[in-house]
Amino acid sequence: MEIAEELAKQQKAISVAEFFEKNRQILGFDSAPRALITCVKEAVDNSLDACEDAGILPDIFVQIKKSGEYFQVIVEDNGPGIVPEEIPRVFAKLLYGSRFHTLRQSRGQQGIGISAGVLYSQLTSGRPTRVISKIAPDRPAYYCELMINTSKNEPEIIKAEEVDWERPRGTRVEMEMEGSYVRSRRQSVYGSLKSAAIVNPHARLTLVEPEGNVEVFERATESLPKKAYAIQPHPEGIELGELIKLLRYTDKKKLRVFLKETFSSIGTISAQELCKKADLDPEAPPASLDHDEAVRLLLAFKQIRVKSPPVDCLSPIGEELIRAGLEKEFRLDFIATTTRPVSVYSGNPFLVEVGLGYGGELAREGRIEILRFANRVPLVYQQGACAITHAVESVSWKNYSLSQSAGSGIPVGPAVLLVHIASTNIPFTSESKDAVADMPEILVEIDLGLKEVARKLRRYLSRQSLLSERREKEEIIRKILPRIAKKLSDVLDRPEPDIGPVVAKIMGNLLVYRESEQQDGRISVRLVVENHSDLVRSFKLHEILGEKAEAISPPAKVISLGDGYDHHWKLSVGPGQKAIISYQIGANSSGPAKPVVEGLDPEIVTGARAI
Amino acid sequence: MAGSDDRKSSERALRDSRSKKAEENLLRLADSLYGQFQRGVVPHISLPSRTKGNIEFSTKDDVWIYGDQETMRSVKTVRGAKTLLKTVHLTELLIDEHLKNNRGSTLREIYYISENWDIAKFHEQAESDRLIEDLEIVTDLHREDFHVRPEEDGAAVFGPLRLKEQTRRGEKEMHCQEDVGEAGYQIPFNVDNIEFINHDARMVMAIETGGMYARLIENGFDEEYNAILVHIKGQPARSTRRIIKRLNTELNLPVVVFTDGDPWSYRIFASIAYGAIKSAHLSDHLVTPKARFLGVQPSDIVDYNLSTDKLTDRDLQALKSELSDPRFANPYWEKQIHLQIDLKKKAEQQAFAGKGLDFVTKTYLPDRLTEMGII
Repeated sequence: MEIAEELAKQQKAISVAEFFEKNRQILGFDSAPRALITCVKEAVDNSLDACEDAGILPDIFVQIKKSGEYFQVIVEDNGPGIVPEEIPRVFAKLLYGSRFHTLRQSRGQQGIGISAGVLYSQLTSGRPTRVISKIAPDRPAYYCELMINTSKNEPEIIKAEEVDWERPRGTRVEMEMEGSYVRSRRQSVYGSLKSAAIVNPHARLTLVEPEGNVEVFERATESLPKKAYAIQPHPEGIELGELIKLLRYTDKKKLRVFLKETFSSIGTISAQELCKKADLDPEAPPASLDHDEAVRLLLAFKQIRVKSPPVDCLSPIGEELIRAGLEKEFRLDFIATTTRPVSVYSGNPFLVEVGLGYGGELAREGRIEILRFANRVPLVYQQGACAITHAVESVSWKNYSLSQSAGSGIPVGPAVLLVHIASTNIPFTSESKDAVADMPEILVEIDLGLKEVARKLRRYLSRQSLLSERREKEEIIRKILPRIAKKLSDVLDRPEPDIGPVVAKIMGNLLVYRESEQQDGRISVRLVVENHSDLVRSFKLHEILGEKAEAISPPAKVISLGDGYDHHWKLSVGPGQKAIISYQIGANSSGPAKPVVEGLDPEIVTGARAI
Repeated sequence: MAGSDDRKSSERALRDSRSKKAEENLLRLADSLYGQFQRGVVPHISLPSRTKGNIEFSTKDDVWIYGDQETMRSVKTVRGAKTLLKTVHLTELLIDEHLKNNRGSTLREIYYISENWDIAKFHEQAESDRLIEDLEIVTDLHREDFHVRPEEDGAAVFGPLRLKEQTRRGEKEMHCQEDVGEAGYQIPFNVDNIEFINHDARMVMAIETGGMYARLIENGFDEEYNAILVHIKGQPARSTRRIIKRLNTELNLPVVVFTDGDPWSYRIFASIAYGAIKSAHLSDHLVTPKARFLGVQPSDIVDYNLSTDKLTDRDLQALKSELSDPRFANPYWEKQIHLQIDLKKKAEQQAFAGKGLDFVTKTYLPDRLTEMGII
């Protein structure tokens, strides 16, 4: 026998289940605390997906129990239930699922998650997974005990029977496994459920911890998120191999129809345009295109303008619910949110949402907390490897009132950032779905979203500091200055000094005052207007006198009022400047009333009546 | 006794005239603030800034005084406005309650009096103390002129000195060895009420710790060497510094300072000999530029092989900060401080007891005083 033939005997197919049995870290089961978190997360994700598909407000119960040296994980939902025939494959066959072949936003994608949990449970405890499910109140519940035949990646049913279950419908899964329960960190069952509650404000999550402590994450809304619809792939960014596959296996007979039916955002006109640009016959059967022709078609995709993919394939959380979610879990002074428009990477539509919370009870020192979410699933591990973190680090936060050492990196301050990426296909860096890959299109969108909320924060903070400056000045003016003046008059035994001029200076007001002196039986008056603000003030100044004044400088317009004369001047006084008006009146004319300033708000005028 | 009556009345006249001056100067401050209101100037007071960076050596009196840097208290900020309001309240208190009625309060009492001042209330005693110092600077007077007393004890004095003290209950004359108990003569807060009559002393020795002060008295050091011992009780009070200065200038006695060998004790010496950063405005009144540091010197740790403690991080920091303190910028201190930083050790005065109870009076002090040319 030839060597090659010898070797061929040893070649053998590997089942996926066997592969994962040996590479459990890929699926997020690399440590004891993490295994528990991953199991809970996968089961909860499935429950949330199922409830939303069925239009049910999720009510999910999670319990972690110590059972001997193992932990028992129980997750129960009020979802639509699973038909008995499907249960074994859903829970005990890897890569079996309903979502892999559709382009629609959902938490689960590949059909690995919960079966990986079952596999891990069976590997560490040797026990089967127990599932109860009920699909309608008038139908019996179905109970089974399952294991995975790892060499074939097929479910093995240990036990199956119909049972009574008091719930109207729903699914309950119980697994036993090696694990370790931690509480304090964000990387914990508690922490990941808390995060899940923030982006799923329509769900009620209940956690019973091993010591019996019960945590309920209550709903913040009664309305379900908008349902995401399945769509066709978007032509933007599609790869050649994918295109050739689609061309070969389509049941459409004509290229024109194929283009229109296979892709989203392509209509009759753009299909015609594509064929023309690629120099292809619109009526040709798609399968007849050779490699060169497929390349031409791909080039044509890049040449025409295709509209963005429809939004309804995605289900964003929405700014209102992001706000509600943040308010629910943190005490904050300020929240800014934004939802970016739908964008596309490699043919997959996606959108980015950002929420920023500031102040309140958040720690002033230390780096800010970043809450990362992908399709409403919290991302707990590998923060440093994630596109979201990278985008946060590359924003220059100093421009937005948060400090940042060395001009880059995670900013420091009393803030929390929430970033959610929704997509028909999230590009994770690995199957354990810990971190989003650095796709340039996604990084750009996150960056834009972050800067949007950061600008809102900066506006808020500068408004706050203006307000507090104003409040501070008011305190001086209202409470302190009058007292100083009063005390000084007590000590010196003199009349209280006029604090008006000082008030005008501190407040940056327009100050109007008169100085007068007797001269040859006449009174010379100087009317002084000082502008203590940073702006040019333009206004009309009125001086109402019982007689016509003389030697008026600069000249005034004088209007007779019957019982007196209105002298007025149009003035414009620059910041820090003053205007001086002088005139003379008879010695025995009665003292004039306060001057009047026309055209300015009363609160910026001192020493004159403002109208 | 007619002569003594005369002197009393002239003293009263002097005291009245000082009160008058204090009142005038305080009124002048109020008047300047009043004038600022009238002229439409935002009311403010300028004060020298009381930091390490703003003290300079006055070659005129050989003491450290404040430089030209000024800080401005203005009503433009809430803090400044409140401080000015407190200043005005305090001015009223000092004029109306103290000077007009010939009464006085302690620093602590003033802090409590402010309870009734509403938003002008002091938050802590340090704040009112600081404000009193500010008033001293602005009016160019001493707090004693405002009838403000410290709480702290002044020093105790033991040695061949006869003096006379003006008390509220008449004149008391005493000899600071014969007429006093083992603790010595307790000096009053206003040292200028003391008159020195005669003495038989060759030197003044200021001592940091009560233990060493008692050791020297027990061993009869004051008699053997004709020394006036002053127990300075830690960081010296103003009255302590004032009496040391008066003993130095009026009786022409050399002054040596004997403290522990650590950075905090060097600061005690500095405040006696160079002036304190906080009260540099009083330097010409309180500082004894001719005072010399006796020990414990870092070099003594090596020379006498003293038992030591390790320097803590705070000690090291204090030593380093002294290296940037202009008062310590001379070759003697630079050498000693660098030596101590290298040794990483400090020694207490009591460390000499390890060589026997008489070692300090029979060996160390005679050695050092000879070295310094005093005996």
